[in-house]
Amino acid sequence: MPSTDPELDLGETLDLSAERPRRERFRILKDRLFATIMGIGGVAVILAILLIFIYLFYVVAPLFASAEIAFNGQLKRSDGTEVAHVALDEYGEVGLEISPSAGFRFFSVADGKLITSGNLLGDGPAAHKGSALAFGAPSNRTLFAATADGRVTVAQADYAISYPDDVRAITPSIVYPLGAEPLVVDPQEQGIRLLAGQSSEEETTLVAITDDGRVVLLHVLVERSFLDDEVTLETTQSELSVDGTAITHIALDIDQRELYLVSAGGLLSLFDVSDKADIQLLDRITVVAPERRVTALAFLAGGISILIGDDSGAIAQWFPVRDANNNISVARVREFTALPGAITNIAPEYFRKAFAAIDGEGNLALYHTTAGRLILSEATGHNGTTALALSPRADAALIATHGGEFANYQIANEHPEVSFHSLWQEVWYESREQPEYIWQSSSASSDFEPKFSLTPLTFGTIKASVYSMLFAVPLAVLGAIYTAYFMTPALRNIVKPSIEVMAALPTVILGFLAGLWLAPLIERELLGLSLALVVVPLAVVAAARIYSCVPERLRRFTPEGWEALLLVPVLILATWASLSSGSVLEVWWFGGSLPQWLNDQFGITYDQRNSLVVGIAIGFAVIPTIFSISEDAVFSVPRSLTMGSLALGATPWQTALRVVLLTASPGIFSAIMIGMGRAVGETMIVLMATGNTPIMDLNIFQGFRALSANIAVEMPESEVHSTHYRVLFLAALVLFLVTFAVNTVAEVVRQRLRRKYASL
Amino acid sequence: MAAPDPEKSLLGWFRSGMPWIWLTAGTVSFSLIMVFGLLLLITLRGMGHFWPHDVARLHLIEGTDVPYALGQIVDRETVTAARVKALGIEVPPGRDFVDRYLLKIGNRDVNGFDFKWFSEAEFTGMDYPPDVFVAEREEWGNFYGYLEGVKESGELVASGEQAWPALRERLARKQVLKARISAIEKHTMGKVSATLERLRLQRRALQLDGAPTDDPRYADLEAVGRSQDEIYNRLSEELAVLYGEIVRDTITVRTIDGAVTDLNVQTLVRVFAPNRMNVVEKLRHYGSKIAEFLLDDPREANTEGGVFPAIFGTVLMVLLMSVLVTPFGVIAAIYLREYAHQGTLTRIIRIAVNNLAGVPSVVYGVFGLGFFVYYAGGTIDQLFFPEALPAPTFGTPGMLWSSLTLALLTVPVVIVATEEGLSRIPRSIREGSLALGATKAETLWRTVLPMATPAMMTGLILAVARAAGEVAPLMMVGVVKLAPSLPLDGSFPFLHLDRKFMHLGFHIFDVGFQSPNVEAARPLVYATSLLLVIIIVTLNLAAITIRNRLRDRYNAAET
Repeated sequence: MPSTDPELDLGETLDLSAERPRRERFRILKDRLFATIMGIGGVAVILAILLIFIYLFYVVAPLFASAEIAFNGQLKRSDGTEVAHVALDEYGEVGLEISPSAGFRFFSVADGKLITSGNLLGDGPAAHKGSALAFGAPSNRTLFAATADGRVTVAQADYAISYPDDVRAITPSIVYPLGAEPLVVDPQEQGIRLLAGQSSEEETTLVAITDDGRVVLLHVLVERSFLDDEVTLETTQSELSVDGTAITHIALDIDQRELYLVSAGGLLSLFDVSDKADIQLLDRITVVAPERRVTALAFLAGGISILIGDDSGAIAQWFPVRDANNNISVARVREFTALPGAITNIAPEYFRKAFAAIDGEGNLALYHTTAGRLILSEATGHNGTTALALSPRADAALIATHGGEFANYQIANEHPEVSFHSLWQEVWYESREQPEYIWQSSSASSDFEPKFSLTPLTFGTIKASVYSMLFAVPLAVLGAIYTAYFMTPALRNIVKPSIEVMAALPTVILGFLAGLWLAPLIERELLGLSLALVVVPLAVVAAARIYSCVPERLRRFTPEGWEALLLVPVLILATWASLSSGSVLEVWWFGGSLPQWLNDQFGITYDQRNSLVVGIAIGFAVIPTIFSISEDAVFSVPRSLTMGSLALGATPWQTALRVVLLTASPGIFSAIMIGMGRAVGETMIVLMATGNTPIMDLNIFQGFRALSANIAVEMPESEVHSTHYRVLFLAALVLFLVTFAVNTVAEVVRQRLRRKYASL
Repeated sequence: MAAPDPEKSLLGWFRSGMPWIWLTAGTVSFSLIMVFGLLLLITLRGMGHFWPHDVARLHLIEGTDVPYALGQIVDRETVTAARVKALGIEVPPGRDFVDRYLLKIGNRDVNGFDFKWFSEAEFTGMDYPPDVFVAEREEWGNFYGYLEGVKESGELVASGEQAWPALRERLARKQVLKARISAIEKHTMGKVSATLERLRLQRRALQLDGAPTDDPRYADLEAVGRSQDEIYNRLSEELAVLYGEIVRDTITVRTIDGAVTDLNVQTLVRVFAPNRMNVVEKLRHYGSKIAEFLLDDPREANTEGGVFPAIFGTVLMVLLMSVLVTPFGVIAAIYLREYAHQGTLTRIIRIAVNNLAGVPSVVYGVFGLGFFVYYAGGTIDQLFFPEALPAPTFGTPGMLWSSLTLALLTVPVVIVATEEGLSRIPRSIREGSLALGATKAETLWRTVLPMATPAMMTGLILAVARAAGEVAPLMMVGVVKLAPSLPLDGSFPFLHLDRKFMHLGFHIFDVGFQSPNVEAARPLVYATSLLLVIIIVTLNLAAITIRNRLRDRYNAAET
């Protein structure tokens, strides 16, 4: 510990004495030991405090880490059959490939070893030979294969997991939820050119375009008997009145309600197929630039958005939007960074709103729709991809190319949904009419689109601190000037500690009173309290005037500097008077209820727990901080300055305003900064006295949701190391940095002021 | 300034700035009114809760289904007719204002709610019938009505006036039985279950160690388990008998609507007839309610009964925090002030430490949850409690993490206060000690630190006051609305640092905002707030007093 203190040299001098009794040595040893303990302990405590900062960063950092993709091996099949579709199991260990003729093959991803194989249509006669294939939402793992005579088999990949000898073993198989016998989709027994389907426990919908261009639909309702588990299928057949000859892509959403047909020229039609008897065309729109072709079409997880890739490499997200007149139109929501070649395949993730795409030149790219960004792109060198799959956990990708070659990739992509754009800017979320700022972190369904916009929360925090500052700053600063400069010392010794005790009142009590006592009171006495804003200052001035006219004789009983105490009854009386006249006036002018009147006349909604209540409550909490620090600043203005001013003939008020306030202004500034720091981080009051709805509205009569309250509410429920968890840490880090910066500025200003006073 | 006395003319008076001075004075008065008004509000509402108010009977206007309403008047207000109408209540035409009364009508099991507003248009008169009977119950809140008779095993044993003494006697018997039941359930049986749980964990630990299934230690555990099971069964039988006895008595009561029902004495907590009580009796009742509030467990989702576990949890947590924060805070302050090189780095650290006191407490909570609970706690669980996994032992919010988090939150307060104390000690004292040949450590230990003790005390008290009122971080690292057991009890290892606990501040938040019956809970929240305010204001006043004394002492020492 290098030290220039003269005291330390003492040990050295003792050291020099040649004949040193043992006791002396022991004492010096003790001294060293003490110094070491203090050094280690002190540094440890300071490091522990620093740890907060470091740890917050450490948790937040992965949010901004870039995703990684790593080549993990290549497999080549000897027979060289084409691959129409691939899929991976939960652990990315077992691959499934489907050939264009509906042959399936499960294989080990690690070494390409065949596990089991067969044909979705069974080993039946030649009429069963496959004509078209379709694949349901990846999370359902459903597969549809059409025969040459217009029938379709519904199959499902099943991965049974067992743990023989505590080692995971996956046994894949194909099951037929609706029976192995194909269902008749086209009664005219034509071949099927294009097929789309979705199948759930309860119902299955199949849409097919036949070789002669008809669009036919089959709906199957599964009814299970409660008694003997017997399954009966109720089928409905219908035909859409469109010509399907030009259609190149067809897709049905997971809820089996919306059908998209896309023609080669990029004309997209959206049909509502929820009512099989009354299929309606909702919208028809061209989705690619002229002269461009749609080359890939896929649903995003959740089945709301579709992703359309074209031959120029562009990818765009579209979804149906309902306008004010309840008309539905398909909107181009966002475009993604284009790939150099034509998009050949798009594979959505199973649960998140992310997807992978590959182009004709072998560029593999990962995108996230909410974040609106290209996460990563990698040139794989595999030209002519025929199929692409992501694993359910989105940690692996499998690419199949012409000639039955497979490439296996490992992906590390933990937090794709976070970007500067998704945190702070307006985002067009699924099923919304326009881009918005929304915070909605969780919902019951697993494929919900998380909305992590910190903007409404930050807005709430700023709203709370602005309103509380509006309330606190005038009261605290003016009060401090009076207390430090005009008040008699006897009273000051009581007033200052009383107001300082306020600082110690737990905010949970203030929050409780604000929410359950003040909020109803303000709602009831809104007019009276607004009246008091004007009446009370007038009453104070009037009282002062009356007091100045009181004969000198009487005034002697109340020496100067006791005004604050004299005014207490005046204030109480004035407030009481405004409250009682307020309710009378409310009946006369506002029909008996001001909040109702505001709503009727101006459409201003009135929440009982609103920003006004919060402003007063937080203001109350920060008044003592601002008061105490500014009072110190005013009080330590050197007497010589004020005396000089008064001696030159300035009135006390002029001196207070032009000399005292000016000199102490840096101190007052730092007091306000520190008070604001407290208001920004206040948690319990905002939690208890607002409705906690994350809305962005300047209206003083509406609530908000602040960063701090949001953390307190959501942190305990958030899953460790999830994106939500890290975003909450980010919010905490933001709060930490903001308050730390504000306080540092205040502290530096205060120290500089102190040095200035010392020199005066 | 031409006028001889500028104060006399209005304009001159304005120019002199006097109105502004008075206005600034007004802001101070306003702040004072707010502080004392708030304290007064909490005190009145908090203290008033326990008073046995008379039960009023409202004579409802004719044409309604029932002629009377019975209950304690909790609140009254004058509102504009428009607001009452907005609530869907009929108001006689031509009236602008309506007085309305909030009546605690109780009998939630019958009505579904226990508070009701009555506007003055809804009743014609009010009286206080002397024979009204109020029963506080274990559940469903208060009962208001009339006592008709007392039954023992279904046989009527007393009715009319004789019912009262008979009921009191039986209630006393019930309290005795209940005390015996809870002694068995909480202590004896609790111990047995704790032992059984420990046995389960030991067995699991053996399995994790890879002990073969024929290991003799399994048999030993088995034997202990069997003996414990036997004790458990015996206790269960004993309990069954007691439960059989406690349900013996019932009372017959009549509600104001005329419905007659039976209430089991077992469900009653306290019975009284407030309208017949004199002031002394009421005071006694008041005292017993306060004792219940301070010493008993909560009932009915925390809206009735006491807050003892919350007081206990708060105090224990604050004590643990003090034990942690004091040595570290003081060491850091001594290091910063006495040993560190007083350069720019130290200045920056000092400012940083000072500013940390202003960092929002919720940030500390986030840190505590992430670092202490999930990281440190998770690691401890894997190293020392693998047999309990996947159920976490320390990897979940609890007492230890709460006190550590709050220690971190308050350590800047202690550092700043101690440093200030150290800096105030006159240089002459140090130099004197050193000149007499003392080493630096001796100087610090024998002269400087003793003189700085009051400063450290101030720091500690301020830290404790802050910690006692903090809620936001605790919501993440350890408090719960209802803890099944106290963190300190008779079963090994006595102090259960891994347990969650109840806290006065969180109690206020939870009961005031999360409770299904806010109206019923509100008075209790006021009482809890009062308790917390008293604790914190006392601690703060103590700190202020110590600080002032301290200043006087050094001012004396310096001169």
